[in-house]
Amino acid sequence: MNKSQFKRNLRDNPYLLAGMIIIGLVLLMIIVGLFWTPYDTTAMNASEKLQGISLRHIMGTDNMGRDVFSRVMYGSRITLLIAIGTVFIGAGLGTIIGAVTGYFGGMLDEVVMRVVDALFAFPSILLALVIVSVFGTGWIQLLISLGIAFMPSFARIVRGEVLRCKNMDYVENARLQGVSNLRMIFVHILPNIKGVLASSILIGFNNAVLAEAGLSYLGVGSQPPYASLGKMLSDAQQYMFTTPSYVLCPGIVIVLMVLGFAFLGEGISRWK
Amino acid sequence: MEMSSNDIILDVTDLHIEFHDHDKPEVAVEDFDLMLGRGEIVGIVGESGSGKSMSALAIAGLLNRKSLTKSGRIMFDGTDLLTCDRKSLRSYQGDEISIIFQEPMTSLNPVKRIGWQVEEPLFIHHQEIPKEERKKRAIGMLKAVGLDKAEDVYNMYPHELSGGMRQRVMIAAAMIGDPKILIADEPTTALDVTVQAQIVELLKKLNKEMHTSIIFISHDLSLVNQLCQRVIVMQQGNIVESGRTSEVFANPRDPYTKKLIAAIPKIDLSDDRD
Amino acid sequence: MSEEMVLRVNDLNVFYKNRKRKLFSKKNKKIQALFDVNLTMEEGEVLAIAGESGSGKSTLARAIVGINKDYQGQIWQKYDRPQMVFQDPYSSLNPAKKIGWLLAEPLRVDKDRKWTKEEIDQRVKEIMEEIELPLSMLDRYPAQLSGGQRQRVCIGMALMRSPKLLIADEPVSALDVTIQAQILELLENLHKKHGISIIFISHDLRVVYQISDHVLIMKDGRVVEEGPTRQVYKNPKHDYTKQLLKAAGIA
Repeated sequence: MNKSQFKRNLRDNPYLLAGMIIIGLVLLMIIVGLFWTPYDTTAMNASEKLQGISLRHIMGTDNMGRDVFSRVMYGSRITLLIAIGTVFIGAGLGTIIGAVTGYFGGMLDEVVMRVVDALFAFPSILLALVIVSVFGTGWIQLLISLGIAFMPSFARIVRGEVLRCKNMDYVENARLQGVSNLRMIFVHILPNIKGVLASSILIGFNNAVLAEAGLSYLGVGSQPPYASLGKMLSDAQQYMFTTPSYVLCPGIVIVLMVLGFAFLGEGISRWK
Repeated sequence: MEMSSNDIILDVTDLHIEFHDHDKPEVAVEDFDLMLGRGEIVGIVGESGSGKSMSALAIAGLLNRKSLTKSGRIMFDGTDLLTCDRKSLRSYQGDEISIIFQEPMTSLNPVKRIGWQVEEPLFIHHQEIPKEERKKRAIGMLKAVGLDKAEDVYNMYPHELSGGMRQRVMIAAAMIGDPKILIADEPTTALDVTVQAQIVELLKKLNKEMHTSIIFISHDLSLVNQLCQRVIVMQQGNIVESGRTSEVFANPRDPYTKKLIAAIPKIDLSDDRD
Repeated sequence: MSEEMVLRVNDLNVFYKNRKRKLFSKKNKKIQALFDVNLTMEEGEVLAIAGESGSGKSTLARAIVGINKDYQGQIWQKYDRPQMVFQDPYSSLNPAKKIGWLLAEPLRVDKDRKWTKEEIDQRVKEIMEEIELPLSMLDRYPAQLSGGQRQRVCIGMALMRSPKLLIADEPVSALDVTIQAQILELLENLHKKHGISIIFISHDLRVVYQISDHVLIMKDGRVVEEGPTRQVYKNPKHDYTKQLLKAAGIA
């Protein structure tokens, strides 16, 4: 695809454009936050507690006088990392399980998919809570538990797609040429479902951002003094009415992230 | 063939169809003319993308996409089907002009009984006909299209029938309103050869008995040769040749027609060379 | 005589699993698709298998190439790895891969010998010449090719490892008539040039006549008539053959 075609496709696809802009801004904020934040994210200042939006603190300050914007820059990084890790684990495991069971079928498929169904039956947050309570709190545990909780939906999607593809003539054609089973799955079939996979990964991102926020809100995610966006929300809730900017700012960033990924997903599924 | 204006049932002039799906408009059909006589069978042949199905769909009033422009005239019964309002167009569709499609597997509704589907055109256009009469006509029509156990078929679902039987049902549904024109869009392509021959025989019979004019669209020249009095050859949206079938086959003038005829494998069993 | 034989099928019976298995029934009923099929094929011959849908002609082809292994009877082949060209060129090419990649794949997965990259490139170029496609198409995806071009690529893929037996399952029925003629001509040329034995499966008796030396007429999983094509067409013995010929406007 050449450049002008790309531009035209982008112009016809406002979802993709909007998603790219929103996610671009969030990423920019995170990357800048790696090197520079307006204030030290953990520096407390007792004289500037719970201030509203001002030029000194563009997102105000929290109950310990820390700069909310600096903490949002840092917190979005953690949230995004957990979301990426979650989807990476979930989609990776799910794709392998779904592809292998879908391709080989038979007893293996029956057994593995029933286990996956059982996992699927739990709400992913509840499942993650159970796993966290077994392995303890902390963001690594959170990441693994969310990853496992997200695996079933990917496994189902990939399995369905592989089932659809595996009876196509081109698979039979490849088999006649002596292509091995693993090569068939990963080289011949999977590239054909990358579109579906890509959009479900982006939807997965959304759910991961929300799930991380939810779990941190419940207090099982990242631990102080480092806070993800969800943790900040939970800390801020008791000051909701006195200093609305404290709760609104991280909240808006979460909404932006979710919206951006949703637009990207929609855009990719419409991509020709 | 000379026709007096009385005998002409459908007169299409300068039909032009254009798509606007992409940056540049694409011409699907250009300067299409067709005069269909009462009780006549005209064949339209061409390969995929030649515009033969597009022209037929336009005549049947089934091309109503927004991204598409049509111009020209389709005169039927003193009305221009291209410009008339939707209501009068709908009163013709399925009653005076019916259409059957290529895929008998997908053109029937899988959750409705055959009887219901055959009666549907009557139900829409002639609600004055009582229920028993509708059923009687439907069974009569199923018999007319060669389904022997019409009473049984009436109560069956599409999946219980073979491809050839389904196409017969489609024809029955298309013919029940006694249409003046039947448009058959590749009606035999999806069927086995022996069944193909039967369906062509059936169309011939219905044409003779009910005096329905038929527009027969096909890519198969030998079928067109068996069935049609006149033939129109299309290529890339244009009519490249038209005339009496026997003449066109014996004496093709256009190079594309020649190529099409040459593409039919020749079978010569007479001499004994080996 | 037996040295010249490339394929012999003896009393072949093929079964399909009944998919409509009831939940609690233990019996796994099978449906028989072929009944006692026998055939022999000589080296360099074009054998046509003609019949309508459900006649078992594709089932026979699938058993011969080894896609369906659930059969009783013997299939003896002089060479291994027969290749196949499928009916629908729109589904038999992987839409996610470029033409060059698709053509090279049979060599990349070849277990008999290791092909170097240069050898593969060389062979791909040779085959593109054989199937009369420009080298510029190697960089295209199947969706960017016409039906006839796609079918040429399918034939090319089948030819990559120089098979001695090629099975073409209705290779032209999904194509326009003028394209049909070109593909048939290509197959005939390849047959003449390389002496490949071809099993040509078709429902179109005109096409069968044009390309084949011998013909096998099938109906409901059984061979009803066989013999040299001209002879069968001139003097059909079985009623069904007569019916088919009549439907095709031949007799």
